[in-house]
Amino acid sequence: MSKTTITAEPGIPQIIITREFGAPRDLVFRAHTDPDLLVQWLGPRDLAMTIDRYEARNGGTWRYTQSDAQGNSYGFHGVFHGDPSPDAIVQTFEFEGAPGHVCLQTATLAERGGKTLVRTVSAFQSVEDRDAMVASGMERGVHDSGERLAELLARMQNS
Amino acid sequence: MAADRLSLVFGALADPTRRAILTRLADGEATVAELAAPFRVSQPAISKHLKVLEQAGLISRTRRATARLSRLEAEPLREVTTWLARYQRFWDESHERLDDLLAALQASQEHAPGHDPAATVKGNDDE
Repeated sequence: MSKTTITAEPGIPQIIITREFGAPRDLVFRAHTDPDLLVQWLGPRDLAMTIDRYEARNGGTWRYTQSDAQGNSYGFHGVFHGDPSPDAIVQTFEFEGAPGHVCLQTATLAERGGKTLVRTVSAFQSVEDRDAMVASGMERGVHDSGERLAELLARMQNS
Repeated sequence: MAADRLSLVFGALADPTRRAILTRLADGEATVAELAAPFRVSQPAISKHLKVLEQAGLISRTRRATARLSRLEAEPLREVTTWLARYQRFWDESHERLDDLLAALQASQEHAPGHDPAATVKGNDDE
């Protein structure tokens, strides 16, 4: 079974996410750009996903919210740059809880042997922005202080 | 959590010295001198960090005699943990769901070609 790999190197304001899917590239592309399909998979199962708009075209905007059972709602929005294609889906990404902290995401889809490798590069405005996002160990071992923080956060949650 | 507070907390957590200070405070209250001891930085520099942490609501400070004690405030960290855990979980679970969806779309395409618009995809070209 394929696994999602998340890479975040110290000192570089980037996160790279890769995952191989057992489906042809065109289908994987549609799952990423058709809101009717996207709503069926994006986000954890226990969060209710609502897509306000998802205009997968050059200059098109998108916005969705995710809500948990406790009624907390988290909004995200962004803009597509260039017409999305399997070679590149380029869009900005902004969590509405941290306005102004914008990330540029580029997803590329490569087909090999009937499977499709999706590689998403997220470029942050600064290492600090990136680290704040991954602070609790989105990728373990980004750096020692990140690990310490993860331990601390775990302890806080249990206390 | 209010949006600006989350930004403040993220900003405060982005610095390794400040994370180390929080780790130390998880063991109990401490004075500026005690917090500065493990670091190769001056007490004024530590005070600056403490101010950032205080503004983010991550610590509170009280006076005892001439000493100023810092104490960890756990609630903002809990809120951030909730958010970060969600972020961490996000892609793993999304991709599992996408796996399932792609399998379902391909299955419906095989069984009823052309009948399910969601599954209408171009066939694979020759490899």
